[in-house]
Amino acid sequence: MSTTKWNVTFKIFRKKGEEAPHYDDFKLEVDPDEYVLDGVERIWAFHDRSLTYRHACHHSTCGACGMRVNGTEKLTCITPIRDVTQDGGVIRVDPLRNFTLISDLAVDMGTLYTRMDKVGQHSVNSDAKEAYQIENRPAGPAEEGVDFIRLSDCIECGLCISACPISASSPDYLGPAVLAGAHQHGIRGDEQVFRLADSEDGVWRCHSAFECTAVCPSFVDPGERIMDLRRQVIAEQFRRLFSGSNAKKTNVMEASK
Amino acid sequence: MSEVSNQSPVSRALKWFDPRAHSINMIGFILNRITALGLTLYLFLHLFVLHQLAQGSAAYDGFLSMIHNPIFTFFEVLVVTAGFMHGLNGIRIALNSFGVGIRSQKMLLILLLGIAVLVSLAFAVHMFTV
Repeated sequence: MSTTKWNVTFKIFRKKGEEAPHYDDFKLEVDPDEYVLDGVERIWAFHDRSLTYRHACHHSTCGACGMRVNGTEKLTCITPIRDVTQDGGVIRVDPLRNFTLISDLAVDMGTLYTRMDKVGQHSVNSDAKEAYQIENRPAGPAEEGVDFIRLSDCIECGLCISACPISASSPDYLGPAVLAGAHQHGIRGDEQVFRLADSEDGVWRCHSAFECTAVCPSFVDPGERIMDLRRQVIAEQFRRLFSGSNAKKTNVMEASK
Repeated sequence: MSEVSNQSPVSRALKWFDPRAHSINMIGFILNRITALGLTLYLFLHLFVLHQLAQGSAAYDGFLSMIHNPIFTFFEVLVVTAGFMHGLNGIRIALNSFGVGIRSQKMLLILLLGIAVLVSLAFAVHMFTV
């Protein structure tokens, strides 16, 4: 931290319930080496206790504090104020796009988590562990012997889904994080994941904007994974074509919900 | 996701053309959509021109003399530009889809769009001077 102080205006998106969306301005004196989340927390602590936002770990591991800072998707706990404004400047903070807004800066990530579960990235908690028979789990290509690898790279912050232009127009599109999860899980040996990846709302819906890769704070590179997943899907289809495999089809649209 | 499903198809589609706060990748994405729409429109205009041919040679010659002016030439240059941009960007996307050049896709985008602009400029000079 430096001893320099900047005067910065935080322009915070606000919306609760049925009220019209609007911005509230908060003028703060900040250290430019602080992070955007520090400013948001200070607003909550000293200016407006009704401000709603998500955060937890403060070191880019939990993925809870994803927001749009001056329009661009950022993990606010690792975004220095110095990088997004200047002394006397403005920081506009909006909630993520393409998710249902709960209140102010908090969005409902439930759809993302559910879809991650569908592609084999199961929740790491005791209930899920009990519900999911680990010994029956089909082994992916690279993770035999590993019980849970969810969150090993993707922190499920949702920034990629917020930045994706296809997610903005196709609500049923699985989205970059989920397809990256399917890639990590592997499609061979898991018919549901293969069918989801190969569905119209899977890898073929991606239009190569690569915005997911541009905003990913964990260097997961969802764009590259989707492209590699396409290659795997084509290879698997060829393998089935020539081996005469007649796999049971699942209701993909239902499964992706 | 849920919030998106509540919006009309038009407002959803308009989001494809919003470059704000996006990277250069989004410019390539938007250009591909705009050029696709432009080329589709051109296809219908082209069919209309061919329809003039069915009206007889006199009607076709009359139509050609009408469109032989700088304004129509400018639109023809736009068609050529759209063709090169859409075609070259499409090659990049096809290569990426087969796993080729993904890591350098941004550089490839800039390079191919640069080539499209240069070739289009050459065509523009030729079409306005001949």
